[in-house]
Amino acid sequence: MAGGGSSLKSYLLVRVALVIPTILILLTLVFVLMRVAPGNPVSAALGGHVPEAVIKELTHKLGYDRPLYVQFGSYLWHLLHGNFGTTITDKREVSQIILINGAATLELTVAATLIALAVGVPMGLIAGRFRDRPIDAASRIFGIVMYATPVFVLGLMAQIVFGSWLNWLPISGQASPLTTALLTTHTHLLLIDALIDGNWPAFWDVLRHLILPASTLGLVFAGVFIRLVRVNVIRTLKDDYIEAARARGIRERAVVYRHAFRNALVPVITVIGLEIALLLGGAVLTETTFNWPGIGHALYIYLQNRDYAAVQGIVIVFGLVIVAASLIVDFLSALIDPRMRYQ
Amino acid sequence: MTDKPDTALPGHATLPARPGRFAPALRRAFRPVAEARGFARAMLWTGAVLTGIFVLMALFAPWLSPYGFDQYQAAGVQFAQLAPPSAQHPLGTNVQSTDVLAQIIWGARTELMVVALALVFSLTIGVPLGLIAGYFGGPFDRLMVLVMDAMFAIPSLLLALVIAFLLGSSITSGIVVAACAITIVYVPQYFRVLRNHVTSVREEPYVEAARAIGAGPFTILGKYIFFNVIQTVPVLATLNAADAILTLTGLGFLGYGVQPSQGAEWGYDVSRAVGDAASGIWWTTLFPGLAIVLLVTGLTLLGEGLNEAINPVLRQRATTKLKMEDLE
Repeated sequence: MAGGGSSLKSYLLVRVALVIPTILILLTLVFVLMRVAPGNPVSAALGGHVPEAVIKELTHKLGYDRPLYVQFGSYLWHLLHGNFGTTITDKREVSQIILINGAATLELTVAATLIALAVGVPMGLIAGRFRDRPIDAASRIFGIVMYATPVFVLGLMAQIVFGSWLNWLPISGQASPLTTALLTTHTHLLLIDALIDGNWPAFWDVLRHLILPASTLGLVFAGVFIRLVRVNVIRTLKDDYIEAARARGIRERAVVYRHAFRNALVPVITVIGLEIALLLGGAVLTETTFNWPGIGHALYIYLQNRDYAAVQGIVIVFGLVIVAASLIVDFLSALIDPRMRYQ
Repeated sequence: MTDKPDTALPGHATLPARPGRFAPALRRAFRPVAEARGFARAMLWTGAVLTGIFVLMALFAPWLSPYGFDQYQAAGVQFAQLAPPSAQHPLGTNVQSTDVLAQIIWGARTELMVVALALVFSLTIGVPLGLIAGYFGGPFDRLMVLVMDAMFAIPSLLLALVIAFLLGSSITSGIVVAACAITIVYVPQYFRVLRNHVTSVREEPYVEAARAIGAGPFTILGKYIFFNVIQTVPVLATLNAADAILTLTGLGFLGYGVQPSQGAEWGYDVSRAVGDAASGIWWTTLFPGLAIVLLVTGLTLLGEGLNEAINPVLRQRATTKLKMEDLE
């Protein structure tokens, strides 16, 4: 499908070229969705609170009274220049929301992914190695139940047990107010900021706030990794080269650990990329449950305030992040495994 | 949902089902289920029983439930707010003084109704689109693939959330709003699976034979291809139903979809319990949460069990050692 080109370079070029229509359609889709709703964005956000004349004036000022194709054109033009628009209700630039709230989301999702990997990969490896034994059944059931548990249920139960009953960990927010006030902003990533300042009490405070939300989101995603790694181990253990390794008299332990496990883990990279979509969706719920000031929580607030411009900007950003992630994943897979280039 | 069933097997494609003889076809379809052994059998039965309990709960809600879903008083006496489990309220009451058990039983009805409706919608849209795009190909196919892929790029909960938000103001029935939101999320999946399957079977000898005897494209699609590719759908639909419950409760938790005046919804119930967590009140979160977990687990086990029973690649008691790549 790579147009006869078999080299890595031409594969990558084709792959990048294929992204452009996807992004265009994504942008059109979101634009159309936000315009088929009754009323224009201004009246939706402010309707009922301000006089009709003010709405009319603001509609004109923000350009929502122009023909749709003109609006679409200028929207694309602005996006091309990195301008994701301005919210109607509180006049924040969407790019600022991405920078500040996005940092909180990044902190949460990275921590959650690490936890998901730390729990899911070993369990999947063991389950696949000992297929159909009790430990396999147990891991699979754990995986299914984890998948079936909504993050908000797990999160609230964790709040009740570790916050309310045991009083070990804070249950809401990204840091205590004092820490937020004292910490200087370098990167918007509070953990990194505390490290740069060498402010250990603040670092500890931020870390304590991170534990419950990250574990909640991470455990739910561990289920995904268990299932994936298990299937891959089973698949790999049936491969010819494993048989060959056994035939050469290599000990079973070495066959499993050196040959099978390593190869079974390659697809995990792909899946981390694909799971970003799920992770971001889960982040909206986790952030709302834990009052975490991330981009998902921001989206929730703007939806409640019926701020179409903000919703449109944030959804676009989510879409772009996911498209970019799948692109990066394909690059990495092509680098690691030459067979992928011919797909 | 990474190891989504891919039951598009060449083995199935060469055995065209004959329309008009449903009884033997049905028996043939159920044979792998009856023959399932080991873990697959255990999964199938556990899943079927769990799902069955919730279906019964939904059907007989008025007789099973001790109170109405929005009932906060009996005989003129208001129920206690946030009362712990007791004889009068086996699972306690919530912040609005309604009975938690009643909410769960009536909630089963809402969840299953929305999912069933969404399933009907997404099959009616996704299956024909997939059949047509896969069989005819061309620019329509290319455009549809691009659109569906772009929809895949938006996280499913987010897409559902935006749709529910937009439809919420024009459609009054929360159940329909939620079903539409979920439909938009799952149409691309049915489209993709059906389209790819049709593309792979459309050059099979039996299709060519039908073409040779002069059958029109829609006869071929309806009579020959449809029955062969539709076998993938039950597994996918069951697993999607599990996923749809999660999406629906996620919507409810964020306050979209089914409105509290229209019916009980577990996700919404849990969102009401957010404020209770700080004071250590557990029954308002645990019980609706458990209902979600059990129903989703039931549907997932049912789907995975079906998949293992039907899909020969995963079938456990294979007599010969199969190499996975050869079959895919």
